Amino acid sequence: MKKNIPLLFAFVVGIIVLASEFIPHRPFNSITETLQNWFMIISGFAILLGQISLVRVNVSKIRNRSRDWQFYLACLISFALMVIIGLLWGKQEARGILGQGAAITANLGSKPFDYLFDNVYIHLSATMFSLLAFFIASAAYRAFIIRSFESNLLMITGVIVILGRTSMGSMLTGWLPARLHFLHLPVLTDFIMQYPNSAAQRAIMISAALGILGSSLRIILGIERSYLGSDK
Amino acid sequence: MSVNQNTQTERRLIFLLLFIAVLVPLIFPIGWKTEVSPHAKMAYDMIDSKPEGSVAILSFDYEPSTMTELQPMATAIIEHAWSKGHKIIATALWPQGPQVADLAFKEMAAKFPDKVYGEDYVNLGYKPGGMVTIQAMGKSLKDVYPLDINGKKYDDLPIFKNIRALRDVTYAASLSSGVPGIKEWIMVAHDVHSVPVTGGTTAVSAPGFLPYINNQNQLYGLLGGLKAASEYEIMIGTVGPATVKMDAQSIAHLLILIFILVGNIKAWRIRHKPKQQAGTE
Repeated sequence: MKKNIPLLFAFVVGIIVLASEFIPHRPFNSITETLQNWFMIISGFAILLGQISLVRVNVSKIRNRSRDWQFYLACLISFALMVIIGLLWGKQEARGILGQGAAITANLGSKPFDYLFDNVYIHLSATMFSLLAFFIASAAYRAFIIRSFESNLLMITGVIVILGRTSMGSMLTGWLPARLHFLHLPVLTDFIMQYPNSAAQRAIMISAALGILGSSLRIILGIERSYLGSDK
Repeated sequence: MSVNQNTQTERRLIFLLLFIAVLVPLIFPIGWKTEVSPHAKMAYDMIDSKPEGSVAILSFDYEPSTMTELQPMATAIIEHAWSKGHKIIATALWPQGPQVADLAFKEMAAKFPDKVYGEDYVNLGYKPGGMVTIQAMGKSLKDVYPLDINGKKYDDLPIFKNIRALRDVTYAASLSSGVPGIKEWIMVAHDVHSVPVTGGTTAVSAPGFLPYINNQNQLYGLLGGLKAASEYEIMIGTVGPATVKMDAQSIAHLLILIFILVGNIKAWRIRHKPKQQAGTE
């Protein structure tokens, strides 16, 4: 029962949504519309579930004094701070429990939630992503080594694309005569991106789409059951 | 020692040099010119060709982590659209999209003080659900967004006077740094409702979207990374954040090329070392 009812739901819903793509008329379209609304509501609850999970995982790490438990504590404090000030004074024009917080807003220049978002979160988040540049530089130093035909090809292509995607690319080969325009670095870069890259991307996309199709059919037909929490 | 072994000192040196290479051009801009690529031009042309009064959806499908690359695109597209007299409906498939949209509108509102919220632009906020949300917007925009981000009712916002569903907008643009994003907009807005779609993404994600720029015009051009954002700024004739930051990116790329060269020299020396030693014995 615990297993069969969800499987039946998945089968019926899958068949209805599939049928509505081919028969976009009543009752399929109206049922699909309702299912879409349900999906959005469930997605909303998934966010709530994620927040509960975040608190549970972090509390457990702190309670067990796991390695670097202080970071988990910092995460929880930050989370709680944003939730509380968001609830108290709201964000942007939306009011909170204590109203618009005119006095505190006048002091900070914006609502406390927006102030922290604009002045703390944005910069921390951008910093984390920017660190990627350092790892890319270090990885390029180690990875782009001439070893074989394939690695040569990768390196030459990489160098052309790197140069072509900068302002220097156009400056370096800007002097080339019109008949050698195809050797102009931005032109070469566009060629690489548009043809060899797109061809490979298309192959990957088609393969992935076929894989998704197969997986979807397996779920609808009840062969794939891992989403129920167990593959048995 | 392996040919690709990277010592701790080398790594620190790489990090330090890269830090300097990025920092110096940001403090002392060089002003190198960027060449406009065909994909950026295609995106520009699509928006430019739409008549005054057109209503566009601009979806903010990214978070502050990728703002450096995507926010300049957002401001450039808003500037272009407003200068052409278009109206903008901002949506978000990512939770922090509405906040970054708000920042972009605030920045541009200073340049266009005549633009009125609710008439010329609106921020509808975030809805979970990804592609399903866009599909639902295809049936009724009001059902998905009964209120805007500030709690104003859909029917009270003049921008929605003639907008009932996705098919009523003139074009859609998604600025995305992952899933859901451009792909979902193409699959629903273009493929189902025939709404022209353009977009922008991070440089690292751009190659994955290029197959959609095809004869069926599934995607009208693509802005890939900071360079494309600076190209867009050139086309609209403004010196924005992307143009300023491009110098730093160019220098950083040049430095990475130098690192590749040094790495190869080091690898070559290590590979030939045993032979030389054997020869001398």
